[in-house]
Amino acid sequence: MDQNRISRRSFLALAVAAPIGASALASCGTAGPGQAHSGEASVWYLTGQPQEGIRKAGVDSFNAAHPDGKLAATWFQNDAYKTKIRTAIGANQAPTIIWTWGGGGLRDYVRAGQVEDLTDWFAQNPELKKKRFATAFGAATVDGRIYSVPCENVSPIVLYYNKAVFAQVGAQPPTTWNELMALVPVFNAAGKAPLSLGGQSRWTSMMWLEYLFDRTGGPGVFEAIATGKPDGWSHPAAIDGLTKIQDLIRAGGFVNGFQSITADSNADQALLYTGKAAMMLHGAWTYGAMKQDGGDFVPGGHLGYTAFPAVEGGKGDPANAVGNPSSYLALSSRATDEQKAIAKDYFATGLLSDADADAWITKAGSVPIVNGANSKFSGSPDADWLQFVYDLSSKAPAFTQSWDQALPPAAAEVLLNNIEQLFGLSITPEQFAANMNAAPSS
Amino acid sequence: MRTAVGTRRGSLGWLVVPALLFFTAFGIVPLVGVLALSFTTWDGIGAIMPAGLANWSSVLTDPGLPHALWVTFLVMTLSWLVQTPLSILIGVFVAGGQRYRAVLAVLYFLPLLLSSAAIAIAYKALLDPNFGLGAGLGLPFLVQNWLGEPALALGVVVFVVSWQFVPFHSLIYQGGVRQIPVSLYEAARIDGAGRVRQFFSITLPQLKYTIITSSTLMVVGSLTFFDLIFVLTAGGPSDATRVLALDMYLRGFRGNLMGPASVIAVILVLVGLALALALRRLGGTDPNASQLEGA
Repeated sequence: MDQNRISRRSFLALAVAAPIGASALASCGTAGPGQAHSGEASVWYLTGQPQEGIRKAGVDSFNAAHPDGKLAATWFQNDAYKTKIRTAIGANQAPTIIWTWGGGGLRDYVRAGQVEDLTDWFAQNPELKKKRFATAFGAATVDGRIYSVPCENVSPIVLYYNKAVFAQVGAQPPTTWNELMALVPVFNAAGKAPLSLGGQSRWTSMMWLEYLFDRTGGPGVFEAIATGKPDGWSHPAAIDGLTKIQDLIRAGGFVNGFQSITADSNADQALLYTGKAAMMLHGAWTYGAMKQDGGDFVPGGHLGYTAFPAVEGGKGDPANAVGNPSSYLALSSRATDEQKAIAKDYFATGLLSDADADAWITKAGSVPIVNGANSKFSGSPDADWLQFVYDLSSKAPAFTQSWDQALPPAAAEVLLNNIEQLFGLSITPEQFAANMNAAPSS
Repeated sequence: MRTAVGTRRGSLGWLVVPALLFFTAFGIVPLVGVLALSFTTWDGIGAIMPAGLANWSSVLTDPGLPHALWVTFLVMTLSWLVQTPLSILIGVFVAGGQRYRAVLAVLYFLPLLLSSAAIAIAYKALLDPNFGLGAGLGLPFLVQNWLGEPALALGVVVFVVSWQFVPFHSLIYQGGVRQIPVSLYEAARIDGAGRVRQFFSITLPQLKYTIITSSTLMVVGSLTFFDLIFVLTAGGPSDATRVLALDMYLRGFRGNLMGPASVIAVILVLVGLALALALRRLGGTDPNASQLEGA
């Protein structure tokens, strides 16, 4: 019965994918997903503007310059893609170029022998490696070898705040954890929520732990966990970080009912720009959304942003960042040599070309992972913001990838589940650590 | 008469072939596949490795399984308890011939037209404590941690499920009520039975088979209930709404543990079959229980 349901689901996914594939066929005159003609390479990309337009322009200009070795792009909605790409790879029907988030998902592909080792290719093309942020390569690397090409933009997690609310209570943005804790009663007394959080989405709460682990114990704490060291979650710094977040929750740091607020409706951002909450820890990608939805909030200069506060006595460098270091393109090992050659050509000349990098700045308002990209910020109305993100990302001694992407998918699911319980105060930090230590590690 | 039916049945036997083929291809074959997968380890992209009984022992000893079963049972029972009386009352009401009832009936059936995902997203927005219905209408009692408190979240799920499916079951009951011969009511009225007495002594007993049909749909349907809960709460908070079907999906397609997910799938099939059979039993083979006069 349930299996019917699944097959119906995948059937529906196919039904949805078919017209998409068909429209790709019609517009590019190419073959369907994963089954490109021998003289063509295929790539699967995610939909959603403005990124979709930038990716499309990149593919189109590559095809215009390479009439005899074209790239056929097929487009998928984010969530549908996650399931679809795994199924396709499992069935040896993968496209030539596989768009990925790197980290644990990429490790699965590597273990299954489905993606090419690109270490030597980067060694032969050192300028391509030098061009990109060094921090972008961590999530592209599995067991010391590089298996994907970092591309597109970087999205660190930053602490946003509402300048008007801060001015109202006469406070300064916190630079340390104790300052943050001290601000909690101040804002609560003024009838403002100190921190906005879309807790129902769970990964939003995860961002707090990512920073707290880093600030208290340095990036090594999570690194040990991600590489599968036993009992990594019981590290004293980890327990300290978990305790700190529960202290913050008990002190009333997060907006009332945060467990009912969802990030997909942007209700957490709305709390910040409507002045109901003073601060919010969120990804760099929310800047554009707040600019669009917040009326005068961003253009009027009411949005402030700063790095995550330092933790007193913590071992982590306050300049460290967490978030999504970049997007990644991997090369299918099942592709023909001809397809691989086209794909590598695209990696070298198409990705983050001057025009592509410019588009990520001007059209998406984001920071491409190109060293020196800040020279192009000056004309932008968001120059200050872009420079902040650029400095944070390129100068970070360590850039930890979002945990749910860095961990193997099975562990990530257990993690999100336990984070929800941790934030609901229904388990202690020690129970959290014990549950996570028992989670599947590969 | 009997022979005529017999020959007709024989000559038209091939008509079942397409249905049988479809059922085999999309029902039996996947079922066997799931059973086979439950004895293997597979992450969806690598090789499928035989695992013996490892998945079964790990899932059966996992405290998550009784919890998921309990949540499934709660959702099933609570939504049955909410939906059945409401559906019967609305069904009886709209079975009447008056024009205003026909107009109301159309309005009642509107939720049937909406997809579960759309309903879930809409309710998620309505239940937002800061920008939702409570805040918008200025009704403080509607400002609750609806999706954050385990008990409230379960209540929300039952409410939304009922909101979505009461119209469908009302439709079934409307049909059932219209089948009841008017002569029964006329006789009752002559005997001096009031409206309430008529409802309990004629309408309800006559609806017995309709109730069983509708209950089977509700009970077995709630076992596979997935999309709405997935979008509305994703099983949270703290697994409070993690029903069996959702547990299977999350293990299989989020955790990429196809083996354990297949074990849950097999358990789901068994529970579903057992329930459907039990309800059929309940439906009774009592030869004296007749639905229509004179039968």
